[in-house]
Amino acid sequence: MTLMKSFLGAAATLALTAGAVTADPAIIFDLGGKFDKSFNESAYEGAERWAKETGGSYRDVELTSDAQREQALRRFAESGYNPVVMAGFSFATALETVAADYPDTKFAIIDMVVDAPNVRSVVFSEHEGSYLVGVAAAYAAKGDTVSFVGGMDIPLISKFACGYAQGFKSVKPEGKVIVNMTGTTPAAWNDPVKGGELTRAQKSAGSEVVFAAAGGTGLGVLQTAKDEGMLAIGVDSNQNYLQPGTVLTSMVKRVDNAVFDAFTQGTELESGINVMDLSNAGVSAAMDENNASLITEEMKAALADAEAKIISGEVVVHDYMSDESCPAY
Amino acid sequence: MQAMPKWADAVLIPLISILLAFFFSGLMIWAIGKDPVVAIQTMIQGAFGSTNGIGYTLYYTTNFIFTGLAIAVAYHARLFNIGGEGQVMLGGLGVALVCLAIDWPHWALALPAAMIGGAVFGAAWAFIPAYLQAKRGSHIVITTMMFNFIASAFVGYILLNYLKVPGSMSTESAGFSAGAHLPTFHEMLAPFGINFSKNAPANISFLIALLAAFGFWVLIWKTRLGYEIRSFGASETAAKYAGINPVRITIIAMMISGALCGLMAINNVMGEAERLIDNAPEGAGFIGIAVALMGRNHPIGIVLAALLFGFLYQGGAELTFWEAIPRELIVVIQGLVIMFTGALDNMVRAPLEKLFLALRKTKEA
Repeated sequence: MTLMKSFLGAAATLALTAGAVTADPAIIFDLGGKFDKSFNESAYEGAERWAKETGGSYRDVELTSDAQREQALRRFAESGYNPVVMAGFSFATALETVAADYPDTKFAIIDMVVDAPNVRSVVFSEHEGSYLVGVAAAYAAKGDTVSFVGGMDIPLISKFACGYAQGFKSVKPEGKVIVNMTGTTPAAWNDPVKGGELTRAQKSAGSEVVFAAAGGTGLGVLQTAKDEGMLAIGVDSNQNYLQPGTVLTSMVKRVDNAVFDAFTQGTELESGINVMDLSNAGVSAAMDENNASLITEEMKAALADAEAKIISGEVVVHDYMSDESCPAY
Repeated sequence: MQAMPKWADAVLIPLISILLAFFFSGLMIWAIGKDPVVAIQTMIQGAFGSTNGIGYTLYYTTNFIFTGLAIAVAYHARLFNIGGEGQVMLGGLGVALVCLAIDWPHWALALPAAMIGGAVFGAAWAFIPAYLQAKRGSHIVITTMMFNFIASAFVGYILLNYLKVPGSMSTESAGFSAGAHLPTFHEMLAPFGINFSKNAPANISFLIALLAAFGFWVLIWKTRLGYEIRSFGASETAAKYAGINPVRITIIAMMISGALCGLMAINNVMGEAERLIDNAPEGAGFIGIAVALMGRNHPIGIVLAALLFGFLYQGGAELTFWEAIPRELIVVIQGLVIMFTGALDNMVRAPLEKLFLALRKTKEA
């Protein structure tokens, strides 16, 4: 009996230590680096929040070359980090080959779907959040024209534009949404001057509210909107504070929550597709003291109504990426 | 009479320069609160401690051998080719077009075709600044640098409008077919019973880079064209007097340089990524300048300098992985190595020359 007990005790200790070895999560940032004032930084904040709240530690790395994607994934998986979180869709190709080689490691990729049993694919319903800010724009505009400035011309950004146009037209069916993309290369993510020029052109075409989904380019849009007496809508993180009083709201994408959740679930990370939408506060229209004066009661009620209808399924927002077309423009 | 024996010039000076660079890098690492000894150990262990590490080191080395040789060819004709980056980009486009054009049955067929594609595109890109220099006197440093930006925009345009997979968000071409897959070190060494890491990107291009280094030596020191290139570089007026056509040499030297840059794409585009991505060279064209400078424009020196930079790249990656040293500091370390081995050459050379002269005098006395 005592012998049996000590055996069991030893087994239990072994099991415990085996669990402890694989405790730490890891996150890999994309080439933009973790302090990019946007996507990566939001992911970094989620990781930091997890570390602060749980007192745990995590490993992170910023890549310098494309060849390092697969390398970093393998090195972390081999060393027992679990789960390994990737910020950005560019990791998809590398993850597809790596995931199968480390079936005991859990991976999470943000903004992309990778189909493997040990991968959690976190995707955001940007079209739903954009729909909401479109509704807000319709109430804020006196006339019937608003506009959109996108960064690089990729399907993901059209998804923002299309949701925005649908939201706007749900209030003003005969209204007009001017959609402009800054460029077709990654440089379009960081061209605030061109963003400003597009905004000015849209203003002269009658636009009163401009939604910028354009990374660093958006900073130029927000600035110009202020200079030209327009209202602007920020994106990804809460950008209301950037130009207080002229930023109507921001379409917030809670990348930090995605990272926080993945780290919290740890080795028990649920695989499959994880949709971050309105119902789980994955996307939202940001409200704070910086835009309080711009939000009317009527607008607030309309936003709450639209949000409830989308969550209940009464209103279905068309996702541009499902068929690469948009019914609203 | 030389102040120093040849071995001191070729081995001792670079060695002292590198040690100095590492000493100051160590100070930097110590200043941010990390242990420099552990950091150096991590770098060496990460770059050479496993076949996986060696595979990554040699992958980067292959890139730098090609671009280092390319810059050196032009430099022998006193042409400073800053456009390596753009020529590698165009080479990548050439390689990608060849690999995507047909469904290659075997890599042994695909590789020579891709090499021609990369070299022709790289050479063609270098031809334009070369022609402008030779015929119009537009300075090659300015034009080649500007051509880097044009190349980046041009390749980006082609990628987005013609090569991108519809609906995909990444700026990259479709993957190459299995027939265009180059043998990696793992596949090459397996028949000999050596189990090289199958995940490392080093591939057969490394051997081609070494062949190119040998070809470089033959071209520059054993052929008439090489003699003409060197004469032109040593003195343009004397070369003209000897009947060497400066237009011809400028254009040929630059086109060889561009072709070598373009060849690099068989390593990074065909060997590693197996698809064309945006900004594929990732600075290798510029590192080539440092490699050629450090390697004294000699193939053996270039191969060794490329190995050093391969070590810095792979060891640097390991530092960011395991020591949480920010990647910006890795660039600082690389910069220190370039500064000490290239720019501050005389700082080590002058005292060493004095030392050797003093030694000789005491011996004679």
